[in-house]
Amino acid sequence: MKSLIGTLICCLFFINSALAQAVGMADVMRSNGKIYVVVAVIAIIFIGLAIYLFRIDQRVKKLEE
Amino acid sequence: MQSKWWKILGILLILYSIIGGLLFPVPHLNILNETIRNLYFHVTMWFSMIFLMLFSMIQSIRFLNGFDKTKDLKAEAFASTGMFMGLLGLLTGMIWAQFTWGTFWVNDPKLNGTAVTMLIYLAYFILRNSIENDDSRARVSAIYNILAFVMMIVFIGVLPRMTDSLHPGNGGNPAFGNYDLNSGMRMVFYPAVIGWILLGVWVAQLRYRIKTLEINKENI
Repeated sequence: MKSLIGTLICCLFFINSALAQAVGMADVMRSNGKIYVVVAVIAIIFIGLAIYLFRIDQRVKKLEE
Repeated sequence: MQSKWWKILGILLILYSIIGGLLFPVPHLNILNETIRNLYFHVTMWFSMIFLMLFSMIQSIRFLNGFDKTKDLKAEAFASTGMFMGLLGLLTGMIWAQFTWGTFWVNDPKLNGTAVTMLIYLAYFILRNSIENDDSRARVSAIYNILAFVMMIVFIGVLPRMTDSLHPGNGGNPAFGNYDLNSGMRMVFYPAVIGWILLGVWVAQLRYRIKTLEINKENI
């Protein structure tokens, strides 16, 4: 569980650092045809799926015990 | 395999391959254009499937060597997860083919070989479900599973290389290893392969554990 939270924090930090520069026009999330937005969306979907998988894993573990 | 680190490693590797795969520079090739990035997602499905089927066959051999029922369940879990990965590989390959080769399905030996492979493994599951007796089901399906793996290697690993194929690395076409897959792409591709294999093993493990719980519940 601790490592899961660690992964989440890393992810939030990544998004946060991208949003933090949102003052000017030259920030990451708005540049280069906005491909970074797509990357962020796919990454969030995948992280969500991964967390869901971890929760299923935990549920199975509980049943096993 | 009860520990958690390899599951997290798999997730992180795939996450890296998603971010790197979409953002890192790739070779500029005609027809392929940006779709060369599909290499990180489509081809890794096949690598994952082949490794899952290999693990499935190893479990089948281990079952035949002592008739431990849990090995049979593991073989089934690996095979069904591998089949799922193969299905995803087939669907993503069809989309890729539509926009580079012009149609969803070409009479390419690799595509037809894959279709045959999927049918072979479909037969494995039908075989499993058609035998009532637990012991004979496990034995017959273990033997069939070994045959199925060999057939898969022949149909997607050997035969496409002996005739002309649109796929790289087959029938005189250059493999990615020659010059298409530069070192920058390797840095994303190999981690992606490892990540997807780990994820596949994880899903298979979950399937096996749930199946074990079901069986234990029935026996109570």
